[in-house]
Amino acid sequence: MLIRMTESSVKKLSNGDRCYRTSNGVKPGKNGCVKNHYLHQKQHCYPEEKIYHVAHNGGLYKRPFNEVFEETPMLVAVLTYMGYGILTLFGYLRDFMRDWKIEKCQNATEREEQKDFVPLYQDFENFYTRNLYMRIRDSWNRPICSVPGAKFDVMDRVSYDYNWTFKYTGKVVKDVINMGSYNYLGFAENHGLCADAAADVTMKYGVGVSSTRREMGNLAKHEELEKLVARFLGVEAAMAFGMGFATNSMNIPALVGKGCLILSDELNHASLVLGARLSGATIRVFKHNNMQSLEKLLRDAIVHGQPRTHRPWKKILILVEGIYSMEGSIIRLPEVIALKKKYKAFLYLDEAHSIGALGPSGKGVVEYFGLDPKDVDIMMGTFTKSFGAAGGYIGGKKELIDYLFTHSHSAVYATSMSPPVVEQIITSMKCIMGEDGTTFGRDRIQQLAENTRYFRRKLQEMGFIIYGNNDSPVVPLMLYMPAKIGAFGREMLKRNIGVVVVGFPATPIIESRARFCLSAAHTKEMLDTALRMISEVGDLLQLKYSRHLLVPLLDRPFETTYEENEE
Amino acid sequence: MASGQQWVLVEMVQAFYEAPAYHLILEGFLILWIVRLLFSKTYKLQERSDLTEKEKEELIEDWQPEPLVPLVSKDHPPPKYDVVSGPTSHKIIVNGKECINFASFNFLGLLDNERVKNQALTSLRKYGVGTCGPRGFYGTFDVHLELEERLAKFMRTEEAIIYSYGFATIASAIPAYSKRGDIVFVDEAACFSIQKGLQASRSNIKYFKHNDMDDLERLLKELETEDQENPRKARVTRRFIVVEGLYINTGDICPLPELVQLKYKYKVRILLEESLSFGVLGEHGRGVTEHFGVNIDDIDLISANMENSLASIGGFCCGRSFVIDHQRLSGQGYCFSASLPPMLAAAAIEALNIMEEDIDIFRLLRDKCKHIHSALQGISGLEVVGESISPAFHLQLEKSTGSRELDVKLLRGIIDYCMNRQIALTQAHYLDKEERFLPPPSIRVVVTIEQTEEELEKAASLIKEAAQHILQHTVLGH
Repeated sequence: MLIRMTESSVKKLSNGDRCYRTSNGVKPGKNGCVKNHYLHQKQHCYPEEKIYHVAHNGGLYKRPFNEVFEETPMLVAVLTYMGYGILTLFGYLRDFMRDWKIEKCQNATEREEQKDFVPLYQDFENFYTRNLYMRIRDSWNRPICSVPGAKFDVMDRVSYDYNWTFKYTGKVVKDVINMGSYNYLGFAENHGLCADAAADVTMKYGVGVSSTRREMGNLAKHEELEKLVARFLGVEAAMAFGMGFATNSMNIPALVGKGCLILSDELNHASLVLGARLSGATIRVFKHNNMQSLEKLLRDAIVHGQPRTHRPWKKILILVEGIYSMEGSIIRLPEVIALKKKYKAFLYLDEAHSIGALGPSGKGVVEYFGLDPKDVDIMMGTFTKSFGAAGGYIGGKKELIDYLFTHSHSAVYATSMSPPVVEQIITSMKCIMGEDGTTFGRDRIQQLAENTRYFRRKLQEMGFIIYGNNDSPVVPLMLYMPAKIGAFGREMLKRNIGVVVVGFPATPIIESRARFCLSAAHTKEMLDTALRMISEVGDLLQLKYSRHLLVPLLDRPFETTYEENEE
Repeated sequence: MASGQQWVLVEMVQAFYEAPAYHLILEGFLILWIVRLLFSKTYKLQERSDLTEKEKEELIEDWQPEPLVPLVSKDHPPPKYDVVSGPTSHKIIVNGKECINFASFNFLGLLDNERVKNQALTSLRKYGVGTCGPRGFYGTFDVHLELEERLAKFMRTEEAIIYSYGFATIASAIPAYSKRGDIVFVDEAACFSIQKGLQASRSNIKYFKHNDMDDLERLLKELETEDQENPRKARVTRRFIVVEGLYINTGDICPLPELVQLKYKYKVRILLEESLSFGVLGEHGRGVTEHFGVNIDDIDLISANMENSLASIGGFCCGRSFVIDHQRLSGQGYCFSASLPPMLAAAAIEALNIMEEDIDIFRLLRDKCKHIHSALQGISGLEVVGESISPAFHLQLEKSTGSRELDVKLLRGIIDYCMNRQIALTQAHYLDKEERFLPPPSIRVVVTIEQTEEELEKAASLIKEAAQHILQHTVLGH
C-alpha cells in the first residue's frame, strides 16, 4: 500500500502475486492499458457516451458497468522510466559517497557487539528505501490529532536531515480537507449517537477483554453484534473478529488446505495473500477482474486436477474483493457468480471497501448488482471503513459459521473485540439499516453516491486520468512519475488538502498515483475546494494527461498467470 | 534466496577452472550434441491434455468438490461458548451466574480501573472510535506516537512500534526478519502466534525441547558443523532463537541468561515474546529481562501484547531502532492494517502510568501467585504446572484417562463445579489439529491483584473439592 521496497517486499515480489505486475510494467506499451478486456467492445471516458455492458453479458448485469483504465501515454511512460533511471543513478552515486564517507550515513546501525553476526538485512535490499522512498517520506505517516472526519488537523513536522528524522514543531495545521481516510459513510465522529453509545460502554465495560472468545471473552455484546451483522448482510449467521487483516489471514486456512486450489485476483490485498499462503493450498493467480482468465484457470484446474498426481482438487476457492482499493475497480460479481456456479467453486468475497459504500442500502457489492447474498459462500468485510470502528467479520451459512466458531484461529487464540468498538459498530450499523428510526443512514449512503459521481465526473472533465468504476468511492488519479508523488502530496497539503499518494511496489512501477477516498461527510463546498486545488496543482505539475481516448480493445492472451505452491 | 544462487554461481565458475581438460572437452561435446538434438527435429511433445471439448465438459460435469466445511453430525453439535454479560473484570457474570474471575489475563486489574476508563473516554471524545486508515495513510494519531515513545521508555529501549492486534504482533514481526532459507530455533512450547509467524516466514524451523538448553546447544552445534562445510552459505543465513518470556502453554519462564550466552557463542539473534511476562515479571514489571537482570539490548527484539497486563487491545515490539524501524515498512500487520483505535492507545498509556507510579502491584501479584500456588499443591488427581510466580498456570490431570476427549470432559466437570460456586475458570483451549506440539488438556488458572486472600483460598479449596468429587466419581464410574 505504501511505497516500500525493503527486503521483505523484494522477496514478496519475487514470490508473491504482485511480481508479474511489475515485470509487466517494464514494457511501456503494455502497461496501463485495459485491465478488463473481457467482453468489452468499447470504453469511453465520458459516462454520457457509455456503452452499457448489459448487452454483452447475456443480461447478467442489471445495471451499467463502467470501468475505465485509460492507457498510459507513451511519452509519459518514457519520461517515467527516465525518472526512475536518474533516481537510481543518483542512488548509486550517493551510496558510493556514503561508502567513502563523503556523505554522512544516516542509517541506524548494528550494535558493535553484533557486528560479526550474519547481517540482519542485506545492503541492496534497502537501496530503494534509502535512495527513493527517503526523498519523499514526508508524504506518508503524517500524524493527525483530531477525528479523521471530513476535515482533520495535521501535526506540523519538519525535517532538517532530508527526511531521515522528523521534528514536530508543536504547530497544528487545522481543518485540512480529508481525502485520504476510508471514512465512506462519515461515521468517524466524536459526537452523536455512535460516540455516545461507545462512551457509555467504555464506562461500563472498560476497553479490554483480556481473554479469547473460546475462553472467557465471549461477551453477550459480541453475540449481539454477530446477529446484527448476519441480519444486515442477509445471511444465516456471522462471526466478528478483532482485526480486519487477521480475519482474512486467520480464517482462510480454516477453510482450505492441502489438495485445495485457491484462485486469487492478482491485486488482492496482502491479508488475502497471506491467508492463502498460510492455508497450504495451491494458489493460482488470475488477471485483475478478468473473467476470461478466471474461467480458463477454473477449466484447467478441473480438467487436469492436481499437478503431477492428477487427482481431482478437493475444492476450489475463488478469492476476490468488492472494491479494489488501489484501482477503484468493482468486482464483476455477476460473472464471477455465474462461473462459480458453473464450475462448482466456492467464492470468498472480501468487502473491506465495499460494505456500506455500495448498494442502495449500503449492503455492499452484492446489493449493488442486485444479487442474492446466498450465492456468495463467504462474505467477508471490515468494520474499519464505513463503520468507523475496527475489526472484521465473516458471514455465510450457519454450518460455515459454526465450523469457524470451532476452527477459527482467531476465536481460540486472539483476544476478543473491545466492547466500545463493538458498540460503535452496532450503533452505526443500526443507523445504516434505519433501525434507529431515522433516515440518517440512508441519507449518508445517498450522499456518498452523489459525491462519488460528482467528484469523478469533475476530475474527468478536468483532464486527469482516473482509474476505476464510476460508482467507486475510491478514486485513483494517475501521477505516473516518481517525482510527482512527493510533489503532489506536498502541494496539496500546502493547500490544506490531505491526500494519499502511492507508488511502487503498491502499484506497478510506472503507475504511481494519488488516491482520493470520498466520504458522505464531504460537503459540496469541500469537494469544490478540493477540486479547485487539485486542478491548480494538476496544472502546476502537468498532471492532466488524459487525451479522452478510447481504450483500445486488447484481446491479448493472459499467459502471465502463474501458480504458487507451498512446499 | 538471490544471494544463495549467487553463491552457487561462484562455486560453478570455480569448479570450471579446476576441472581437467578432458572433462571440459567431453562436456563441450555433450552440449553440442544437445544443441544438435534441439535443432535437428522438432518433437511433438505429448500435449498435457488431448481431451476433446466434450470430454472436458464431461470432466467438469463429473467433478464434485468436497463441501466447504465438513458436515457436522447432529449428535456432535459445535461447542457452545460461555457467555459473559457485562465486563470481564474481577466480578464476572458467566452464563448468568456472578463469579470471581480466575480466567481472564487481567493481571493488574486495570480493565475496570476508573482512571484508565476516563482516559479512554476523553480520547473517544476527541478522536472518535476508529482510525479509518492504516498508519501510512492518515491513520497515525498523536496518541500512537506518544504510546510508542512511552513503551520504549518503559522498557528502556530505543524504539517501540505498536500493532492493532495482539496476535498479529509477533506473527508479523518474525517474517519481517526471517526469510526463506533462514534458520529459526524455537521452543516446542511456543504459542500459536509464534507458530503462525514462523509459517509465514517460510524459514527453516528447528524445534528444541521445552526450556532444554542442552538440546538447543546440540542443534546449534549441528548448525555450526554444517556452516563449516558450507561457509559461503553460512554467511548469508540469518539465524534466530524464538522464545517466550513466560510460556502461556506451560507457565514456565525461559532461562534467559543461558540463552544470551548461547546467543553470543553461536551468533544467533533472540526474538522474545513477552505477552505474559510484560507487566508481571521484574521489579518494575519490565518482564523477563528485568527478572533475570539481563541487559535488554542483548535481546534483539521483544514483542508483547497490550491485552493482558495493560488490559487494552493490540501489541507492540521494542528494541533498538536498527531492528524495530524495519517493521514500519515490512511488518505486514503494521502496514496493511488499520491502526489501533486512539482510545485503546490512550487506555494503554494510562495503564502504563499506573504501572510506573506503583511498582508494588508487581510484588503484590507475585505474592498472590505464590499463595494460590502453594494452596493448590497436593490435590489428588491434579497437577499444578508452571512457576510459582506465574500469574497464569495450568492444572493438568495427573493421570490421563487415555482419551483427550474424556480428559477434557473431566476438566470441564471441575470447571462447572467451580462455576456453580462462584469461581469462574476456563480450560486452556487449542486447535488440536493445528498445534505443532499439542499441550495436554488443562485448566488455566489466572491470578490477578484484585483477588483477595479469601477468594484465592476459596478457589483453591473449591478446586480441590471439585477434583475429589469429579475425579473420584469417574474412577468409581469406570
